[in-house]
Amino acid sequence: MKILVTVKQVPDTSGKVAVNPDGTLNRASMQTIINPDDMNAIEAALALKDELGCKVVAVTMGPFAAESMLRELMAMGVDESVLISGREFGGSDTYATSQIVAAGLDTYGIDEDDIILCGRQAIDGDTAQVGPQIAEKLHLPQVTYASEIKKEGNTLFIKRELEDGYMTVKVQTPCVITCVKELNTPRYMSVLGTEECYDKPMIVYDYPALQNHALIEPDTIGLKGSPTNIFKSFTPPMKGAGQMLEGDGKETTDKLAGILAAKHII
Amino acid sequence: MANNFNSADIGAFKNVWVFCEQRQGSMMPTSYELISEGRKLADELGVELHGILLGDDVDGLAKELGGYGADKVYVYNSPLLKNYTTDAYTKVICDAAMEFKPEIFLVGASNIGRDLAPRVAARLHTGLCADCTHLDVDLNGYIEFLKTGSSLNLEGTKFESKLFDVNTNLKMTRPAFGGHLMATIVCPRFRPAMATVRPGVMKKRPFDAAKAEAVEIIHPAFELTAEDMKTEVLEVVKSAKKLVDLIGADIIVSVGAGISKDVQTGLKLAQELADELGGVVGASRAAVDAGYITADHQVGQTGKTVHPKVYVALGISGAIQHKAGMQDSELIIAVNKAENAPIFEVADYGICGDLFKVVPQLIESIRAEKAAK
Repeated sequence: MKILVTVKQVPDTSGKVAVNPDGTLNRASMQTIINPDDMNAIEAALALKDELGCKVVAVTMGPFAAESMLRELMAMGVDESVLISGREFGGSDTYATSQIVAAGLDTYGIDEDDIILCGRQAIDGDTAQVGPQIAEKLHLPQVTYASEIKKEGNTLFIKRELEDGYMTVKVQTPCVITCVKELNTPRYMSVLGTEECYDKPMIVYDYPALQNHALIEPDTIGLKGSPTNIFKSFTPPMKGAGQMLEGDGKETTDKLAGILAAKHII
Repeated sequence: MANNFNSADIGAFKNVWVFCEQRQGSMMPTSYELISEGRKLADELGVELHGILLGDDVDGLAKELGGYGADKVYVYNSPLLKNYTTDAYTKVICDAAMEFKPEIFLVGASNIGRDLAPRVAARLHTGLCADCTHLDVDLNGYIEFLKTGSSLNLEGTKFESKLFDVNTNLKMTRPAFGGHLMATIVCPRFRPAMATVRPGVMKKRPFDAAKAEAVEIIHPAFELTAEDMKTEVLEVVKSAKKLVDLIGADIIVSVGAGISKDVQTGLKLAQELADELGGVVGASRAAVDAGYITADHQVGQTGKTVHPKVYVALGISGAIQHKAGMQDSELIIAVNKAENAPIFEVADYGICGDLFKVVPQLIESIRAEKAAK
């Protein structure tokens, strides 16, 4: 049994974000982080490893610079990593990305008792599409928005979050599960882990390594293989500044209450 | 059927479809928003608007969809479709899409819609744009939208394309990179062009009783067996606590990281102010991430887009994704200690001060104002 976890290195959009004059993101100026939801998927995998002693493999698609992220994850306890990297894969939308990552996972090998974990969504696109699309391409069942995972043999019991409650879903391995942050609190790297992480295996799949896979065709990967294209990108307008009320005392809040009354809000 | 299906044969596709999500026999309100928006797109294309409704004995929900603009509703009833499962819903919907070939397919960006739509798009081999906040077919309508909805200099912007007809392709606009950027996505080479649409963004049309009576309800034949389903729903539990209805709220009082000094008191003050104004309590991502309040209260990019009559931001600095989620509120009031907090850029009325001092005073002032009336 092993757990394959898909992860992504993303620009940190929580802080200041620099935008180029042409409306594209100035990635060079931004810090990269491991996508937050992916950390919950990693933690879920490591927790299952602690319990069952299975192997945990982190899988990413991205530039070679993503190696630093994979080393960090191996320092947390991930046993092995797969880096899918190639010029041919660039410009992929979620459809093309899932095609490539599914080919990478399949090439690595998915056994009957394996689990594929993904983060719910990545903060750069916030689409939540790649997990389900990987599942479809691999013909595997999926459960998204998992906030609890219990394993009994090859059967998983998942608490799946809904806006107005939750569902409990039963599914057999192999399957794809996407994880939400309510699932757990990710652990830190260990001192021993940071020493060991450079000795752990990191496999690189470039285009030649995957090109014979049935999912990899020139018209299903990269920019050319992406059904969606960006037509325009732009920054949103900001509403004009209003009025700052002077002071923070009672007379100021009285004034505000007066305004609310005049507008028939109270 | 599936063998003959070619998503790249775009001329073979016609009409606008909306997935009408029901849970436990009740229609999700987003379905009406999407039907209303779908009506606009269908009119721009000069085609019909069809709802697709799956469930167990859900014919009773179909008429109301007509009242918001659907010409036809395809209803698929089966005990196997009672609860949402990815496998069953994907199979029935993909088979239907292959049979009837819609050119546009809208799905609500709920936790269920965001599970279903990507799987459907992957099976049909077509493009999907997630969490759209604006949709256009008509190019002039799109340009009008950009005038107020973007910071683009439209004089220097070209809209023609050699690759596709910009006037008939669906233009799907969504926030990206935490709301720092907006992107308009097209799906020119495959059909249906698919979009998930953020709940609360599209406006519901007025209900038309005559149109509700006139809607055509169709029950196409379909195949579905228990063997098609690899997941099993053991139970569906409605949250014991009342769902925070931020989207439908007229007044929202939101808290941010500024309550960190005394979370309990901060939340209590927000609730008191909300009660006084007749509203509900929302929160910024920072407050949710810090664990001060549960995620169903979150306003902004990964939370909810709201446009209440009044939005009060307490101790919220105003990260761009938060602003993107609330800046269309009719009246925005912000209280923040930092004079240069970005929230003041969108606020109609700002008070620079400590919320723990200002809010109790404001509650008192409101009570006095009410008493004077």
